[in-house]
Amino acid sequence: MISGTFHTSYRSDMALRRTWIERLRLGLFIAFIVLFPFVVRKPYPIFLMNQIGIATIGAIGLNILVGYTGQISLGQGAFMAVGAYTAGILTARMGVPWWLTIPIAALVTAAVGALFGIPSLRMKGLYLAIATLAAQEIILWVVTHWDAVTGGVDALVVPPPMLFGQPVNTDFRFYWVIWPLVGLTALLTANLFRTHYGRAFIAIRDQDIAAEVMGINVFAYKLLAFGVSSFFVGLAGALIAHYRSIVTWERFTIETSVLYLAMIIIGGLGSISGSLFGAAFMTLLPAFLTNVGRALQGVIPGMDELIPYLQQASFGLVIILFLILEPEGLRKIWQDIKNYFALWPFSY
Amino acid sequence: MPLQPRGFRHALNRSTLRPGERQLEVQGLHLAFGKVAALAGVSFTVYQSEILAIIGPNGAGKTSLLNSISGLYRPQRGSIRFYNDGETYELTRRKPHEIAQLGIARSFQNIELFRHMTVLDNLMAGAHVHMKSGLLPSLIYWGPAQQEQIHFREFVEDIIDLLEIEAIRYKKVGTLSYGLQKRVELGRALAMKPAILLLDEPMAGMNTEEKEDMARFILDVNEEHGVTVVLIEHDMGVVMDISDRIVVLSFGRKIAEGTPEEIRQNPEVRRAYLGE
Ligand SMILES: Nc1ncnc2c1ncn2[C@@H]1O[C@H](COP(=O)(O)OP(=O)(O)O)[C@@H](O)[C@H]1O
Ligand SMILES: [Mg+2]
Repeated sequence: MISGTFHTSYRSDMALRRTWIERLRLGLFIAFIVLFPFVVRKPYPIFLMNQIGIATIGAIGLNILVGYTGQISLGQGAFMAVGAYTAGILTARMGVPWWLTIPIAALVTAAVGALFGIPSLRMKGLYLAIATLAAQEIILWVVTHWDAVTGGVDALVVPPPMLFGQPVNTDFRFYWVIWPLVGLTALLTANLFRTHYGRAFIAIRDQDIAAEVMGINVFAYKLLAFGVSSFFVGLAGALIAHYRSIVTWERFTIETSVLYLAMIIIGGLGSISGSLFGAAFMTLLPAFLTNVGRALQGVIPGMDELIPYLQQASFGLVIILFLILEPEGLRKIWQDIKNYFALWPFSY
Repeated sequence: MPLQPRGFRHALNRSTLRPGERQLEVQGLHLAFGKVAALAGVSFTVYQSEILAIIGPNGAGKTSLLNSISGLYRPQRGSIRFYNDGETYELTRRKPHEIAQLGIARSFQNIELFRHMTVLDNLMAGAHVHMKSGLLPSLIYWGPAQQEQIHFREFVEDIIDLLEIEAIRYKKVGTLSYGLQKRVELGRALAMKPAILLLDEPMAGMNTEEKEDMARFILDVNEEHGVTVVLIEHDMGVVMDISDRIVVLSFGRKIAEGTPEEIRQNPEVRRAYLGE
């Protein structure tokens, strides 16, 4: 909380960014995002940024369900698959324009997510996690066995997205598709949590019986949380389909579900900026480890084969360290830094 | 509307009845957990704008009674009828959130706040049933959706004023003292614009000063806004002071009902409850 500000109207007090410092920080962040591809001008960093952007959308989606509503889900990978395959199939097999498939895929995923949210009526915590694990396996089974539609275990090739006769899915161009959608996702989510919908989600997480007695239809709102969450997860999936021009089931296994859970735990549960931090961290860490491994290749023999194991081990280690040292995630560290500078130079 | 609220920009009381009219009618309520009969045929009536205290030793069935009224427990027999807007609502077959939507608000014996929300958001969550904006307008925080939030912020600020919790409105409730949490829980129930307010031991575990404050707030809500209050309380001093009528439960049965003076004189109550 930034002190020393007095709000004269409820409207300004209820704004998303309440102080000039917060607005400045957001402005700087947007400027960074806009300038980044022009300044670095190399495809690899832009590729990484695109990965982060897509992961952020997926992580915000998962955070709505897990962090804000308290419904643990292991179905993230499968829900992303629904988005990716819907978008891919619509374009590849039915010729639907790529930009139109993105909202359609998000809506389809929302419906599928709400459907698989039905067990949340009776189940909580670990039991619900197991039920969503079943959803993960069922959906992936359908994807790999419904050959006529999905192509089964073979990759689904998606024609490149075109605009004015030009392919859009170069790293530089698709950056301008992904990042505005990251902004939109963050804005819509932030708005949601300023209204009764978001408060109902959090109320269910904190005290579901009290929520019910306050007049919140807990089951309906849980399904809604599954739906809204899956909408954004499906959006991320659709972006993957059109960015990579290829959809394969291997990208959407239980490992992806666990990776995204790690992302929001490390970034910060129930936080939009935390979702971004987690997405960035979990995208950059493996990239960093791979590069370190390559650099050491000449120095230490056999490094090549070790890299995948080192990656796995460091992932696990990082997650464990976070759980022990900073259970509230990167967002909490960022909060502490902000608080420090809010009073600076008069900090004591 | 029964009484003219003081300093409030929006009505706090949702009941359309006139003071003294029959508002809630509990008849022959039976509730058993296995072999334990928590309620064994309890009947009583609550009248608009009164403060009705429910007393009785631990395990008498007081909380079970409130839980039955708010739909958390399903009594095996009996009826609970609620009157408002010229309608009669049978509560025993309704879900808790439907009962809340009728204007039956409550607090809990063991505080059940939304711990990670601020005081302000807890109160805003209390007003949930009145917020009607659709999902899409809410996602874009579009005109009317924003207006609605600001409107209820105004309303909730009046409650913050009434309960003297201005200084803590941005605090997470989990960080507050027990006494303040109890106060916030009352606020959250008030934010529902109750037709009837059910309070389960609102003063338990408080010191004398906190109890006096809480008693004053309850009286304020009742006298200034005409809200009916049904309260469970162990402190007999407070009960005798603020209630209009008292219902005494013991082992799931009503053993007495009357004004504080009548209850004080009642030999059975003195034997069963006041320990004589
Ligand atoms: N959820 C429950 N499951 C089993 N027994 C219960 C439950 N709730 C209350 N009881 C039993 O019902 C009786 C009345 O309890 P309660 O209503 O909490 O009493 P009071 O609030 O008057 O202290 C007690 O014997 C209690 O053990
Ligand atoms: Mg009790």
